[in-house]
Amino acid sequence: MEKLIEEFSLGLFFWQSLLFVGLVLLLRKFAWKPILDSVNEREDGIKDALAAAEDAKKEMQNVTADSENLLKEARAEREAMLKEAREIKDKLIADSKEQAKVEGDKMIKQAQAAIESEKKAAVADIKSQVANLSVDIAEKVIKEQLSDKSKQLKLVDDLLGDIKLN
Amino acid sequence: MLKNKSQNAFFFLGYYRTFAAIFREPKNGVLRPIFLSDMRKPFLSQFLFVAALFLSMSAFAIAEESKDDEGGKDLKTEITDYIDHHLKDSHDFSLFSIKQDDGTKKHIGFPLPVILWDDGLKVFSSSKFHHGEAVAEVDGNHYKLYHSKIYKTDAAGTINYDEKHHATNAKPLDFSITKGVVMIFITGLLMFLLFRGLAKSYAKNGSIPKGVGRFFEPIVLYIRDDIAIANIGEKRYKKYMPFLLTVFFFIWFLNMFGLTPLGVNVTGNISVTVALAIVTFLLTNLTGTKDYWKHLFDPLGDSMPWFGKLPLYVILIPIEILGIFIKPFSLLIRLYANMQAGHIVVMSLIGLMFIFKSWIGSPLSFGLAFAISLIEILVALLQAYIFTMLSALYFGFASEEHDHAEAH
Repeated sequence: MEKLIEEFSLGLFFWQSLLFVGLVLLLRKFAWKPILDSVNEREDGIKDALAAAEDAKKEMQNVTADSENLLKEARAEREAMLKEAREIKDKLIADSKEQAKVEGDKMIKQAQAAIESEKKAAVADIKSQVANLSVDIAEKVIKEQLSDKSKQLKLVDDLLGDIKLN
Repeated sequence: MLKNKSQNAFFFLGYYRTFAAIFREPKNGVLRPIFLSDMRKPFLSQFLFVAALFLSMSAFAIAEESKDDEGGKDLKTEITDYIDHHLKDSHDFSLFSIKQDDGTKKHIGFPLPVILWDDGLKVFSSSKFHHGEAVAEVDGNHYKLYHSKIYKTDAAGTINYDEKHHATNAKPLDFSITKGVVMIFITGLLMFLLFRGLAKSYAKNGSIPKGVGRFFEPIVLYIRDDIAIANIGEKRYKKYMPFLLTVFFFIWFLNMFGLTPLGVNVTGNISVTVALAIVTFLLTNLTGTKDYWKHLFDPLGDSMPWFGKLPLYVILIPIEILGIFIKPFSLLIRLYANMQAGHIVVMSLIGLMFIFKSWIGSPLSFGLAFAISLIEILVALLQAYIFTMLSALYFGFASEEHDHAEAH
């Protein structure tokens, strides 16, 4: 300890204190502050850049998800449209079939009715013609039979015989 | 012949860490060194170049041929004295000295200004002391260097001793620009240029360091993240950063300078470590929070009634108060002792080479000295780290803020 005290030099202590404190103040202003500031700035920059990259990644994911959703929706829509079209087509076919059937039936019925009436008319015509023919035949027959006197008298007798029965 | 050997010893001691130094055989009795400076660090080689220029201008003007007055000493005492001398601060920047065949000593180096306060300011060149061999006469006062301290003497330079062989002469207040001060100034300048350059390179290169900054930036970040934030906390670390960074690089650089052939021992000087520790002490206590002071004077808090605490506090509070001073004291002693010890060990091992003077002993001690020097490079960094780390720890205590009752 005595050696230490003896070794202690006030002059060197004075200069050391002065120069060291001066150095600290000088370096603080001209070196440490700018160095630490730029390092901090750089670190913040890196942090921000990383955060931005992370955000971008998230955004990208969102965009991908969105487009996927969009695609899915489109696909569903297409599916729905196709389905609807198919339904419409089926319905259309079914409707037209129905309508055709109804129309056909109607036409058949009309035809049948027409045929029937034609038939009736034809039958009636045939009837009247047959009646006329039979009247004509009968007239001709009667005219033939009643041409001589004996035959007329026989007929009168037959007719009178019938009346008696009555 | 023995003279020549001891001559070699001096030489090696002066340059004990320049592994690249090559020595030629004495020619005309003068040893000529050829040193290839260590090129690992450009700044170091630049510095050595500047120093060499400086030397060439002044060295030969200063180089004095003086009589050798230590003729009777043996080699061991010479080495011990040399180590002793090296560990102390000196008033001139002497790099080494050469003893010539005629017994005169040639000092290579340059003088530094001596500033004394002795009934008025006295400023003169340290060349007046002739490396402690002459009495300097300034304004009618006589001064003499004795064991690296300036004493006021009479015209003949008589030093009076007490019974313990301590000088009793009056010591004027000495504010000289010593070798240590020069190194502190150079280190400060180097740090300023280095880190100012780093700060500027951020602005120029878009927040990316350039050149040596690439090496220093991770260290700055390490101090911020693992020393300051880890010990002080995210909230309050910022205001301590300038001190922590400065003290780390300051100690580290000076420690490293101590390992160069410049032969400086600044961080191993008690005055320097005291000054550093006082800054830590002041910062700790001036920025102490309410909790810090409460912890000091009321360590048990509300966990006990006052009459229970009273007898405990008679012991506890003095211990806590003593602790305030012991913490920085341990800092200053640790740094001082480690650097001092490192220098002593390396120099002693090199000194051993000249004591052994054998084919086995000398290479062995050279190898040891080399190994220890490598360890010293690590110690240089380690001591800077420890000083910074512990300072941060103390700042951490000073800036603690917590609910006292819960924390205990």
